[in-house]
Amino acid sequence: MSDTENTLQVRVWRGGEDGKFQAFAVPRREHQTVLDVVTYIQRELDPTLAYRFACRVGMCGSCGMTVNGRPRWTCRTHVDTATGGSDVLELEPLRSLPVIRDLATDMTPFFEKWQKAQGRATGTRSRADDTHRVDPASPRRQAADAAIECINCGVCYAACDVVASDPDYLGPAALNRAWTLVNDDREGDRKGVLAAATAGGGCHSCHSHGSCTEHCPVELNPSAGVAGLKRLSLLAMVGGKV
Amino acid sequence: MLGPRSQHHAGRLAARAHRLSGVLLAVFLPFHFLALGLALEGAERLDGFLAWSDQPLVKIAEWGLVTLLSVHLLAGLRVLALEFLPWRDARKSWITAGGVIAAATGLVFLASALA
Repeated sequence: MSDTENTLQVRVWRGGEDGKFQAFAVPRREHQTVLDVVTYIQRELDPTLAYRFACRVGMCGSCGMTVNGRPRWTCRTHVDTATGGSDVLELEPLRSLPVIRDLATDMTPFFEKWQKAQGRATGTRSRADDTHRVDPASPRRQAADAAIECINCGVCYAACDVVASDPDYLGPAALNRAWTLVNDDREGDRKGVLAAATAGGGCHSCHSHGSCTEHCPVELNPSAGVAGLKRLSLLAMVGGKV
Repeated sequence: MLGPRSQHHAGRLAARAHRLSGVLLAVFLPFHFLALGLALEGAERLDGFLAWSDQPLVKIAEWGLVTLLSVHLLAGLRVLALEFLPWRDARKSWITAGGVIAAATGLVFLASALA
């Protein structure tokens, strides 16, 4: 990797909710990711900078930040992509989550809503039972498979306008998880999941703008899952069956 | 704060167009009812209003109304489709098709009105 002669002008959010931007100059390198820039600042310029990351390969979902006004996973976002070719990078914590300090947000509300949507598997068998056979070609399994790879990064949550305006809204990630469970043959409480996902602050609060789908770094479609939950709730209402 | 690169995507713009066209049509409604009310006051006043509405500038304003109505109708149908039909990836093509149909409807009206 060869250094370029360019320098990146980076404005980084410092402090809590009432913080302010601090400017840094960071050497620009080829194939540099936004997380590389943040790490350079902490290691070389200011060791007090708070941010969060773990895997650096797009699996753990912990490095989400607002980059030039757009929520992104920073480990897999190249600087060139984020800046659109300019030399200015502006980094803020994810929107709609409490700021702990600098670029680190408190993800507690995000995961509490995950639980409120009953986004956890309820088993029906013990280790003494046979393995549950699932037909991978069934429409329900395919719907679940299309939504299952969420990495809990919170990018969709930060992108959602309804989350930003309604603190009770469960958000796209939690509802996407509920959608995978109501389509999972192994789930023991599909009615309970659907009831949790359609209660106040649930799927019917979604405005179908599709910002979650537009921003999802692993290219899931939470918006389609939320719409699926709406349809299932309608069917449950008129037919009494999930 | 989310910036324009985050906010200006097709789904969000379609929702904004739906809402804005609805507000503008609601603003127009009192004038629509005023014109209808003129019919109750006799044929002469209504004919006078209809003659006034034949001016090119009024026709252009009517083109705006027809386009707004098309936008609002098609955006509403899109929301109904999103809510009630099974779908996965077709949302942006729906928005593109709706925009093309709304623009074409407006142009057909304008061409027939000014012909």
